[in-house]
Amino acid sequence: MKVLIHSSFERTRRRRAIWDRAMVYVLSLCAIGVLFILFNILTHLFIQGITSLNPEFFTNLPKPVGEKGGGMANAIAGTFTLLGLAVCLGVPIGLGAGIYLSEYADLKFAHAVRFMSDVMNGIPSIVYGIFAYTVCVLPMKSFSALSGGFALGIMMIPMITRTSEQFVRMVPVQLREAGLALGVPKWRVIVDIVVPAALGGIMTGIMVTLARVAGETAPLLFTAFGNRYWQHSLAQPIAALPLQVFTYAISPFDDWHRQAWAGAIVLILMVFMINGWAQFYVVRHSRWLSGK
Amino acid sequence: MNRQDTSDIVFRRILAVFPISILILVAGIFFQLAYSSLPSLKHFGLAFFYNTTWDPVAEHFGALPFIFGTCLTSLVALLLAVPIGIGAAIYLAEYAPPKVSKFISILVDLLAAIPSVIYGLWGIFVLVPYMRNYVQPFLGKYLGFLPFFQGPNYGVGFLAASIILAIIIIPFIISVSREVILAVPSVYKESAYALGTTRWEAIFDIVLSYGRAGILGAVVLALGRAIGETMAVTMIIGNNVVITPSLFSPGYTLASVLANEFAEADSNMYLSALIEIGLVLFLVSIVVNILARFLIWSVTKGPGQVIK
Amino acid sequence: MDLTGSIKVKNLNFYYGDNHMLKNISMTVEPHQIVAMIGPSGCGKSTLIRIFNRMNDLIPSTRVEGEVLVDGVNIYDKEIDVVGLRRRVGMVFQKSTPFPKSIYENIAYGLKIVGIKDHRILNETVEKSLKRAALWEEVKDHLNKSAMSLSGGQQQRLCIARAIAVDPEIILMDEPCSALDPIATARIEELMGNLKDEYTIVIVTHNMQQAARVSDKTAFLMHGQIIEFTKTTDFFTKPSSKITEDYITGRFG
Repeated sequence: MKVLIHSSFERTRRRRAIWDRAMVYVLSLCAIGVLFILFNILTHLFIQGITSLNPEFFTNLPKPVGEKGGGMANAIAGTFTLLGLAVCLGVPIGLGAGIYLSEYADLKFAHAVRFMSDVMNGIPSIVYGIFAYTVCVLPMKSFSALSGGFALGIMMIPMITRTSEQFVRMVPVQLREAGLALGVPKWRVIVDIVVPAALGGIMTGIMVTLARVAGETAPLLFTAFGNRYWQHSLAQPIAALPLQVFTYAISPFDDWHRQAWAGAIVLILMVFMINGWAQFYVVRHSRWLSGK
Repeated sequence: MNRQDTSDIVFRRILAVFPISILILVAGIFFQLAYSSLPSLKHFGLAFFYNTTWDPVAEHFGALPFIFGTCLTSLVALLLAVPIGIGAAIYLAEYAPPKVSKFISILVDLLAAIPSVIYGLWGIFVLVPYMRNYVQPFLGKYLGFLPFFQGPNYGVGFLAASIILAIIIIPFIISVSREVILAVPSVYKESAYALGTTRWEAIFDIVLSYGRAGILGAVVLALGRAIGETMAVTMIIGNNVVITPSLFSPGYTLASVLANEFAEADSNMYLSALIEIGLVLFLVSIVVNILARFLIWSVTKGPGQVIK
Repeated sequence: MDLTGSIKVKNLNFYYGDNHMLKNISMTVEPHQIVAMIGPSGCGKSTLIRIFNRMNDLIPSTRVEGEVLVDGVNIYDKEIDVVGLRRRVGMVFQKSTPFPKSIYENIAYGLKIVGIKDHRILNETVEKSLKRAALWEEVKDHLNKSAMSLSGGQQQRLCIARAIAVDPEIILMDEPCSALDPIATARIEELMGNLKDEYTIVIVTHNMQQAARVSDKTAFLMHGQIIEFTKTTDFFTKPSSKITEDYITGRFG
């Protein structure tokens, strides 16, 4: 037996060692491949985007086909408007649900809500667009900023629920007990002490969520719809940066392609900046919680 | 009952509205979609799922080509993304120096944060020409005897869409698999080494098998994303209602037909049929998510619960 | 026939970063003996047995000076095939580590990786190893069940069976009983006595009675140094060092 194992070991030693060595290269190649794709995307984006960017891009409206120039001023403003509307819907519900889950909910109910939030997170964003279309656009008989904001807003709810619950839960028990010991009712402890203590974390959650929905296009296709001009009310169709990038990208005109790249770089910088801002909050928050 | 108690109860009740509204919202989305697709559900019944004609003019709607397109692109995307994603995750968790690993992980998160419309833009202007000029001619030349690599070469089509989907889900597979691999206590790897395994054998046979339920969960979640991914696919799949084994062929998916045709749907039946497609996406994504949560949940309960 | 499975340590120093973890260790382990290592926690006893199969290689920023000869060959030589070394020097850990495979596959794994596919040989080895580890009677009817389904004591015996299936010369045991109840511990101690006619065993334990019960020789470590290394009977009856005496009486007393 000993001899058999020894001889088998010797016989296969070289093959196994080579295989082991080869896998190091295969695995690092996987990682390098992923990095290569990232750099390829980013370099194309920056080279094409930067050369198409100019001050006009931020101040002008889109020009009709054939006329040079023009910008996406209305789309940039539109994206901020839509995000603002989405925040009005998503943050109160998400935050309220998060606080309730952390402070009041019994185990079963909390489990059900968490599970539903995760399920909601997994629903394709275009389905939210359809939902918003059937409950907003059809009754209003018009595409509108409101319906676009509604679609983005409900997408934000599950993410904000989960992050705020997590950060509210992280507030130390002593802080709550200290409040209760002063004879303050529980709800005032939550409002005055617990939520402010968790605020940095909650902000991080909101930022990350915003960064994610800021780039969403699918739910806006048949809600916000897009607009080549400034809209005059929230009940009208509204332009959005990702929508505009999409429309220009699939158009047959070179000038519009350049605009699409410029829009894309503005969009991605926006997304990265909001994410960076979120990092800032999370660092500050953890420092604050640890008392430094 | 004193005033403090009353105020607490009132606050609690008001706050309870929010989590309850989440439950209502999910139910509401379901009923709204189901209700709006009733005309189509009634008219076509199950034939909707196996009929291959999609003719808005004649109001004859069968979704099979879209179901086919979604399945095909998602599966090819998984085929590409799973080995590369898990390979990169193993590299990050087990081989790369900690600093390099951390740095690459940040870059991978960056990749995950890119909006899908930007992937689509890159797909149109970088990936598609590359597919048309290099990849597809190459595949046609050397693997052209297989039905998958035959047919006209446009650049846009199932293969390009699958590749962009793979790129979109890879960061996700990497970050979850990396967590799972790092969570396996090193004593298991040491046990394998003590039997005389090489590093690769210890990782592949032992570490991965401890993490397999978690990684499988990640793959299923990634599948969910691939199924629902809309913009990038819509921009490069070529919009062609067809069922064919050729990966070079332009095609369509459930999500991309919605993106392209929903705003133009001019009759009630047309709209209803499209909403039914939305309902299908909704239900499939829920099933996939439940499956994935279940798998991930079974790992977090500890190694005693590994699925055989 | 010459017995194999000797370990000879010469002026060994081990560093972890700037920490001098093991200081000038010299010791000889004879073939087919059981050597126990005891000492307060953090004394370096676990670090020392992990030296014998180069398990510490996995921890970054560690450094070894000196020589460790296994059957006369310095295992810290550049030319050494670590994979081959570890096949000859098996290890059982504090926490039982069944692989998420069936009982049968757990035992057969070490053979399969070296390319042994013959089912007759595999079956034979699985049976022999499980019998050797005194687990056969309990599991012979459900070899295809997951190894995870075994009790803690059974899992630890499975790990021992898995280690002996590849026919090592030395088996290292790092506190193998610390997570087990007294009955399971007794079974494993009995097992060790049976195994020493074929293998050299080095066991780290925090339990001095266990060292006294199972070992031929005992080493006492403190602050990374060997304070005393002698026959177990002498060690516990007439320790030559005052520190050793304080330690063993302090614990027993």
